[in-house]
Amino acid sequence: MITIKLGKIRIKFRRRLIAPVKTIIITRILAVLIALGLDSILLLSYNINPCYAYYEIVRGSILSWYGITEVVVKFIPLALCSYGLILVFKAGVWNIGSEGQLLLGAIAATWIALFTPHLPASLMLPAIYIIGFIAGALWALIPAFLKVSLGVNEILTTFMLNLVAEKLLEYFVYGPWRGVHEWGFPQTSEFPPQAQLPYISGTRIHYTTLLLAIFFGVLLYIIDRKTILGYEIRVIGNNLNSAKYAGINIWKVVLISMIISGGLSGIAGVGEVAGIQRRLKPRISPGYGYIAIVTTWLGNLNPIGVSLATFFYSILLVGGDMLQVSLGLPAAIINIFNGSILLVVAGIDIITKYKILIER
Amino acid sequence: MKASTPLLIGTLGEIYIERSGVLNLGAEGIMIVGAAVGFAVASETGNPYMGLLASVLAGMILAMTYGILVISLHANQTISGLALTMFGLGLSSMIGKKYVGIPAPHLPSTPIPLLSQIPIIGPLLFNYCFLVYFSIMMAILLWFILYKTRMGIAIRSVGESPAAADALGINVYKVRYMCTIFGGGMIGLSGAYLSLVYIPAWIEGMTAGRGWIIIALTIFSMWNPLKAVLGVLLYGGVEILQYHLQPYGISEAFLGMLPYIATIIVLCIASKESLRKKFGAPAALGQPYVREI
Repeated sequence: MITIKLGKIRIKFRRRLIAPVKTIIITRILAVLIALGLDSILLLSYNINPCYAYYEIVRGSILSWYGITEVVVKFIPLALCSYGLILVFKAGVWNIGSEGQLLLGAIAATWIALFTPHLPASLMLPAIYIIGFIAGALWALIPAFLKVSLGVNEILTTFMLNLVAEKLLEYFVYGPWRGVHEWGFPQTSEFPPQAQLPYISGTRIHYTTLLLAIFFGVLLYIIDRKTILGYEIRVIGNNLNSAKYAGINIWKVVLISMIISGGLSGIAGVGEVAGIQRRLKPRISPGYGYIAIVTTWLGNLNPIGVSLATFFYSILLVGGDMLQVSLGLPAAIINIFNGSILLVVAGIDIITKYKILIER
Repeated sequence: MKASTPLLIGTLGEIYIERSGVLNLGAEGIMIVGAAVGFAVASETGNPYMGLLASVLAGMILAMTYGILVISLHANQTISGLALTMFGLGLSSMIGKKYVGIPAPHLPSTPIPLLSQIPIIGPLLFNYCFLVYFSIMMAILLWFILYKTRMGIAIRSVGESPAAADALGINVYKVRYMCTIFGGGMIGLSGAYLSLVYIPAWIEGMTAGRGWIIIALTIFSMWNPLKAVLGVLLYGGVEILQYHLQPYGISEAFLGMLPYIATIIVLCIASKESLRKKFGAPAALGQPYVREI
């Protein structure tokens, strides 16, 4: 209990273990508004009218049919990465390597698509999804294994592996996999038709990946709420020592949650490379893996909350693209939104941790 | 030498922040803002020293913001650190947008009189920008402060057991703020070294993970400023090795991975060694201090 005296009024902060859902929702919305308000000041200093900028974002995303379909396109990889992060973050494992795991999924899918081009479509699609999942999961297993066996800080290793994955992708597209008929661009040849994910006609929504994302979202919800694994993850995240006393196999739980997280990011990578780009090239992701960290926290590690946060972010991404084109802003501006929202979410969290009582 | 200096300056800053019990994962963000601000101010004023000063100030301001969040508001330090990194990357590209591809007035090297006249080792060891000597002197000075002075004891005790330090009459919040702001200034300066001396130009995302490498080096050096010098030299070696291996037909992309893979290996070694030495880490690292009445 912390007490602050202001004359006759006493303000007491009482620590609480579980915050009411309403408080969490209100603080999250408040955080987004405060962050957007702060970013307005930044935009103003660049002589950009923030009202116009935010209107552009809305107009570019949800006020047109094309915009809405694009929001769904961005939603797919973002949701996959975020759902994966829910479990690891709950277990207190800081996997910030979603981006690298996504790239590995993309590289693996490209490998199958380019080097076994004669697989029939009925085998090809499952094959690229499965190999993408495996590649992402293996990439996530490296830091997971180092963490449980040597106690190596996973924040640093996952981030370093993101950079390594980026270089690995560069190696393939500049080196052995560079397409012959690509006019010198560093990218692979187009995938064979049966390795291209089908679209909902007239859009870029590759619905197979969307269905996978929804499937995994539901699965995650069930794992989180209804299974022993979900319970064990929560115990480990809350208190590692009590988890040990309770006889929970920490090795197993950390590795499984990292496999799920890496695998889902890998599938997101498959979707980007086989669904959107249809070839492997640098910058297939505008940082979905990093944005997923923001959406996962904004959604308070709750599958429903995370879905909403992801949807909000998809709007921001699509609208942000429009904004860049119309106002000539650098692509990294999305990072300012990411950073400021996450900063305010972290800062405002004190409200959910303490109950504030005012006594006269 | 040249490659390791920014890492050393940054690592020293990070060591002080973490010694006081604050885990700063925003180093990459602070560093790149330092690089952008330093470059922008240097090319606007035409004076590289003004750029350095501005980068220190920018680093301090960012670190103070971070301090308010994690020290006063008890925000989660991992999330806040990541957020600071993202914010810094975005902010730096906004600041630096105007300056892409412009040469800046870069800092001349200051040969040390007499010593630099020695044949062979003279130009090799004593002909650098003054920041190189500054970083080594700082390492010694900071080591001395941390281990041999009252102030150092205060910092270390705040990092080990803030409650005990508080009982002894040390102002925990003040010490943490001072260390965080000082460290932020150092990390900002290391960014300006990159954009004004090492590269020297402004390139978006030019820190390329160096901020994270700083954090790894902090662990590797067991939070000891003198050991940081050794760790950092090792690192500079890896970076230089890249350029020497290039003519042997090894793909550029693979060579680019070297520092990152080296970091992972370094972390593995450090965590093994620290198990043996019963962990040199400040015990209260990453925990907010709540003074309950």
